[in-house]
Amino acid sequence: MFVKQLYRRLGLSGCLGLALAVLWILLSLLGPVLAPHGPGEIVDYEVFLPMSAEHPLGTDYLGRSVLSRIMDGARFTVGIALAAASLAALLGTGLGLFSAVSSKAVDESVSRLMDALLSIPNKIFALVMIAAFGSSIPLLLLITGVTYTPGVYRIARALAVNINQVDYIQVARARGEGRLYLAVSEVLPNMVHPMLTDFGLRFVYIVLLLSSLSFLGLGVQPPNADLGSLVRENMSGLWEAAPAIIAPAAAIASLTIGVNLFIDSLRGRR
Amino acid sequence: MTTIVELLLRRLGASLATLLLVSAVVFLITNLLPGDPVQEMLGQAATPEVVEALRAKLGLNEPAYLRYLHWLGSMLSGSPGVSIANNMPVAELVADRLPRSLTLAGITTVVAVPLALLVGIVAAMHHGTRTDSIISGLVMFVVAVPEFLVATVAVLIFAVKLRWLSAVSYAPPDPTLAEFLETYALPVLTLSLVLVGQMARMTRAALIEQLQQPYIEMAVLKGASPARVVLRHALPNAVGPIANAVALSLSYLMGGVVIIEVIFNYPGIASLMVDSVTNRDFPLLQVCAMLFCAGYLILVLLADVAAILSNPRLRK
Amino acid sequence: MVDQLQVDGLRIVASTGDGGRKTIVSDVSFSIPRGEVLALIGESGSGKTTIALSLLRYVRRGCHIASGSIRLGDSDVMAMSERELRSLRGRRVSYVAQSAASAFNPSMRIMGQILETTRIHKTLPRKEAESRAVELFRALALPEPESIGSRYPHQVSGGQLQRLMAAMALITEPELVIFDEPTTALDVTTQIDVLRAFKRVVRERGITAVYVSHDLAVVAQMADRVVVLNAGEIRESGPTAQLLQNPQDHYTRELMAAARPALGCAGEGVASESPVLSVKDLTAGYGQPGKDGRPKVTILEAINFSIPRGTTLGVIGESGSGKSTLARAVAGLVPLADGTMTLSEAPLPGEMAQRNREQLRKVQIVFQNADTALNPAHTVARILARPLAFYHQMDGPQRDRRVRELLDLVHLPAAILDQPCVRLSGGQKQRVNLARALAAEPDLILCDEVTSALDTVVAAAILDLLMELQRELKVSYMFISHDISTVRAICDDVLVLYAGRIVEFGSRETFSAAPFHPYTDLLIRSVPELAQGWLERSGHPPSKGSGGEIAPGLCPFLDRCPVIIPGQCDRVPPPWHHLAAGNSVLCHHTQDALAGERAMDEGARSPRG
Repeated sequence: MFVKQLYRRLGLSGCLGLALAVLWILLSLLGPVLAPHGPGEIVDYEVFLPMSAEHPLGTDYLGRSVLSRIMDGARFTVGIALAAASLAALLGTGLGLFSAVSSKAVDESVSRLMDALLSIPNKIFALVMIAAFGSSIPLLLLITGVTYTPGVYRIARALAVNINQVDYIQVARARGEGRLYLAVSEVLPNMVHPMLTDFGLRFVYIVLLLSSLSFLGLGVQPPNADLGSLVRENMSGLWEAAPAIIAPAAAIASLTIGVNLFIDSLRGRR
Repeated sequence: MTTIVELLLRRLGASLATLLLVSAVVFLITNLLPGDPVQEMLGQAATPEVVEALRAKLGLNEPAYLRYLHWLGSMLSGSPGVSIANNMPVAELVADRLPRSLTLAGITTVVAVPLALLVGIVAAMHHGTRTDSIISGLVMFVVAVPEFLVATVAVLIFAVKLRWLSAVSYAPPDPTLAEFLETYALPVLTLSLVLVGQMARMTRAALIEQLQQPYIEMAVLKGASPARVVLRHALPNAVGPIANAVALSLSYLMGGVVIIEVIFNYPGIASLMVDSVTNRDFPLLQVCAMLFCAGYLILVLLADVAAILSNPRLRK
Repeated sequence: MVDQLQVDGLRIVASTGDGGRKTIVSDVSFSIPRGEVLALIGESGSGKTTIALSLLRYVRRGCHIASGSIRLGDSDVMAMSERELRSLRGRRVSYVAQSAASAFNPSMRIMGQILETTRIHKTLPRKEAESRAVELFRALALPEPESIGSRYPHQVSGGQLQRLMAAMALITEPELVIFDEPTTALDVTTQIDVLRAFKRVVRERGITAVYVSHDLAVVAQMADRVVVLNAGEIRESGPTAQLLQNPQDHYTRELMAAARPALGCAGEGVASESPVLSVKDLTAGYGQPGKDGRPKVTILEAINFSIPRGTTLGVIGESGSGKSTLARAVAGLVPLADGTMTLSEAPLPGEMAQRNREQLRKVQIVFQNADTALNPAHTVARILARPLAFYHQMDGPQRDRRVRELLDLVHLPAAILDQPCVRLSGGQKQRVNLARALAAEPDLILCDEVTSALDTVVAAAILDLLMELQRELKVSYMFISHDISTVRAICDDVLVLYAGRIVEFGSRETFSAAPFHPYTDLLIRSVPELAQGWLERSGHPPSKGSGGEIAPGLCPFLDRCPVIIPGQCDRVPPPWHHLAAGNSVLCHHTQDALAGERAMDEGARSPRG
């Protein structure tokens, strides 16, 4: 019954997307427990083995189990991206709402600053911050989160400014309500839905950014490895077309495409 | 006419102000270091005197705002200091690499923009049909996937399996056509693919928004063919949003270049920047970052100019 | 007579969001003899526009024609291929949309859009098409017919655009023209000009047309036959005269009753009592005040009035007259540039921030659009509870009880309490809107076009409710409207606003007979009457409207006034004249002159053309 309703609401691609997203969230929680081997464990002396019953996704450049390393790496990719997307959503929505209900001077100065930050391409911004601060996992979380905050801010502020002009806000204002009540009780509830959609898209962007950083060797540092790191460390297997390089790349793609499909179906089939 | 000139000038002024603000942000971040860059450069063995001498030489003892002004001045005068890592003037390093990156970006733009517009327009014209779903699906696939994945797959197919092209791009000084193609085919293909996805998606969205306007219904009721409706009615009104989409996507190009240059060992400004991050070579990093930001702002400015010029309300 | 169009058993189905289907037009049949005008009349949701569009075999997204036949002349429209359809649309059947402002492509010149039809269908070479367009502009009484086509749509007024759209529809000399609510978005004084222009070309050229409208009075002027629609079904059809004199269907009678509200019986305000609100020399606008202390854009100027307790002040004006700004200024939402306000004998600060909670409580505002005036994220209970907590510090069971009382007061069932307001109908929303204002127990409610967005029958019920509440609660209203018949029906005093100035003020009775201010006169005479032939009889000159800047202080109606006194009106600021009936007008003319003009004009009345 529930599945049927879901199917009617989301369509085939939406359901597929939702399933992929849920799969990855489960893997990020349970991956290390379910993995057949430890992430650092050398399971075979042959490197870059193809897929087999023994090693479902082959072995990597040191002869470790690729499947196990992906199951272990998922928690970095999904975990950091979820936390960073939440950070960006909270900071961006909060600031956007604050700007929209504040005086014109405050709104102008915050918006100018955010515009300036927005005109630094995301990867460049993240690279500068990594050079300055380093790339430990908490820092990566902060950096990727902050990188996407101006984007969230722009959408949240535009939304809040629009809502702020609607008659029901005028009615509340004419009643004599304070700014805090207006922002929290009247404006915010109408922002939740679009901001959740935006959250999903930001999550995808952050997964892509984080993977790219790790791919450049500037993201998650050894001995830990996220999905991007797995692609990087197995680059030498490219000439053999080893699953060690294809599998983690496909893993990232299935995660981002899954979330994208789900969100597209939520926004209604256009 | 005056209103247009006024608008354009105001827009230009805003861009310059933003660039100034960006420079302050970049300077601030790169000077908020928890550690001491000089200490790090010289290593733990350096005596305090040596460290102090280098600090003074690099002007690190001045207050932050003065250092910022000096830095800004040196960048504007075209001599932004010396690279810490390879002890060469930053200007020289950049002058060598920048043209190569611009070539790469330029070729990609020339290939990707018309292709993206075509794809976006075709999808919008078939809005709601199977053609549209297939195009949109493919586009979404490309957009949702990291560039290095596209690059890896491209290398796998064209260099590893088919052995058509080399996986490393280095253009000799005077390339023949074959060498030129060999050098640029893979990087341009990869970058274009990602870019076309981004731009086509936004072009389609901008057009479809126009296609839902009442004047489109009116055009249909006048007996206009679907092609006429899209090309003659919707497209002129979507120029502003589409120009914007192109500019935004080209900013994506800026990010994409970073990955592509590294993967293909292409000696451009982006791989230089990645090296400067690894080496914590701040004078070089700052300049590279500012170049990227300036490039992006120029593109956005161009898009805004296109939008202003295409708005009939501002025409006389 | 030969039938130009024949529609039989038309059924149109819409797919609902969750995969279901809903019939929105069922079993509709009618026919139009050549050279006649047929009206489709109904309220929102009646399917009238859907039917009109289906005559071009065009349906909006999510709908399709399930069955039925449409025959135009000898051809079967339902059997046409896509290509044949394209040569039908614009060539044989053309369409005039409701909002010309959005139906013209903003980035193309008007002439290009008008000629596009001839180019698509290759009916005329460019030169000839252009001269025919100019000829049509002239027939439609458009100004500067030679050059108006070279403008962009945003450079001409709404009424002109609507006529230009008619020119676009007529240029291919189609067999059938569909007018879809072509004057609904226009001001009443503009509407009459457009109607007159339409009527003339339709008569002169013997055009066969379908005229879609919600307004019976407009239909009475335009149509030979009427089809009354409700919820996608035909309720009644017949020749216009027969339908107006002897409506058979219950729904038709209801429509006719609601079209002209009867005079209300409110107005027991005691003049001796001190007024609830009085306003002196109010000036308001937007932008930073300049050197002379006036704001950059002045919206309202020198506004004076007072509202006795328990009475209703009607404020009437067209779009852009500043009537909504007046309500917002009184509510404190727009700052005053000048002037003072007094609320129950105490000064009322213009800045909302300086008002105390009692003052805020006493003045409540109700907006036109109930859809946007209620927060979609809140339930009805929460919307009504908030002012109770805010002004009266009520909570718990006491508050719940009061919320139910309020619902009762506006005749809504308690069952809707926990529903989000998006689920309510338009009329229900407006009632919740009113209940929220009543929750404050205000002295004065500012009603800003509260019935304008509603269907006539629903609007009539809301007006009744307003009057009932006034009798019970002795609340005062400032009732803002563009519709003079509504204002005359329910208000005690009426104030006429033109371009931000009051041009006439008087009690309701003074608005039922001349003399009036020339603008009021134009306004009253522009309201279509529910009688055939009214348009031909009402022979006022078409409004001129040079659009030039009028110097501050001079009569704001200067450029449109039919009885202007040269050398006086354009030089000297007009004085206030108090007329015998008790109304005051801002005009150079005296009582006798105004009465005389009207009488002369009435004597000279004759059908035009």
